[in-house]
Amino acid sequence: MYNFDFVKPLNVADALVALASEEAQALGGGQTLIPTMKQRLASPEKLVSLSGISEMQGVDISGNIVTIGGATTHANVALAGAFEGLTGLAGGIGDPAVRNRGTIGGSLANNDPAACYPAAALATGATIVTNDREIDADDYFQGMFTTALEDVEIITAVRMPIPQVSNYQKFEQPASRFALVGVFVAKYADGVRVAVTGASENGVFRWSEAEGVLSTNFSADAILGMSVDSSEMISDLHGTKEYRANLVRVLTGRAVSSAS
Amino acid sequence: MLNITMKINGKAVSGTVEGRTLLVEFLRNDLHLTGTHVGCDTSQCGACTIHVNGIAVKSCSMFAVEADGASIDTIEGQENTDGSLNKIQQAFQDHHGLQCGFCTPGMVMAAADLLQNTPTPTEAEIRNHLDGNICRCTGYHNIVKAIMAASGQDVSAIAAE
Repeated sequence: MYNFDFVKPLNVADALVALASEEAQALGGGQTLIPTMKQRLASPEKLVSLSGISEMQGVDISGNIVTIGGATTHANVALAGAFEGLTGLAGGIGDPAVRNRGTIGGSLANNDPAACYPAAALATGATIVTNDREIDADDYFQGMFTTALEDVEIITAVRMPIPQVSNYQKFEQPASRFALVGVFVAKYADGVRVAVTGASENGVFRWSEAEGVLSTNFSADAILGMSVDSSEMISDLHGTKEYRANLVRVLTGRAVSSAS
Repeated sequence: MLNITMKINGKAVSGTVEGRTLLVEFLRNDLHLTGTHVGCDTSQCGACTIHVNGIAVKSCSMFAVEADGASIDTIEGQENTDGSLNKIQQAFQDHHGLQCGFCTPGMVMAAADLLQNTPTPTEAEIRNHLDGNICRCTGYHNIVKAIMAASGQDVSAIAAE
């Protein structure tokens, strides 16, 4: 790993100043960034740790909204127990030690096409709160490893409306513990949202046909006969496009059946 | 270079590290605490699991400078005050929970992390908690049995393998 300068600011304002220099990179829990740097796929000249910023920590549940600080670890999101789908998702990322370091802001900023959190954010219609603005999840995810974030912009919090019922189903790739395919189903008074991770070459996406059907008939049977277009799915040694497309349908059904 | 100070197994230590110095490198190379192992260096195997402020962390995937001011526990601090094996270590010995022993420091630290929050775990909870700890001898059965025994549960019905 190439060396770098390290700073650990105590507030968002100082972090932004530190990030403004050329080749500076924010460090969340480092569970993706550190392995990437070891492989020299990333070589920032300066790392700005966000772990010392107390205003970005913690989970707050008020009314029907859960607000999660951007530097909150997966373990602490799982512990907060805000709603079933989110608790299950956060408690199933990676492994226990990874969950003790990895953060929601880091995951969403990286937008790995097989990461779990993008599915939760998109399925709940979350608001991504940064130092500068609020971004709707539907506008935030812009393809594999691509988001609406500017270079010097930090996810300070994520706000999710709490669904009536929800569930996340992850078909785990056992070596990486990422989702081969993951489906998050969230049911609200005004309709159902279904977000799929791991499957598409364009990153997380909403399966809108299923949303329409499930919004009138929230049952696994309702989507049994549906099919998913496999043309833009990921194909690799772990599974073909067609296999992933089928998993989307199967896992959506399981998520609907298990939703609570 | 960065100056860091932390408490390791109850003892204050300080050192000078680069930004890129991993916590496990600081422990092993600078402090010669070589009980913490590096199995993969890619965050997969869990042999380097230690506790940072009481929670399990893979020390190959955390920078030493991020542990500045923290309280660290490693395998070297797990023995009882009289130097005897603690109950988890003793259970690993009693139930043949190790073969080559390379993964054992991480297994013991992961088990300690589990038992402090879940004092009497089910077998499923143990296996789930060991998701990030790989035993390349594939000796999982007796590792799980040892952790069950360490939690004070009766393991006489579980066959030795």
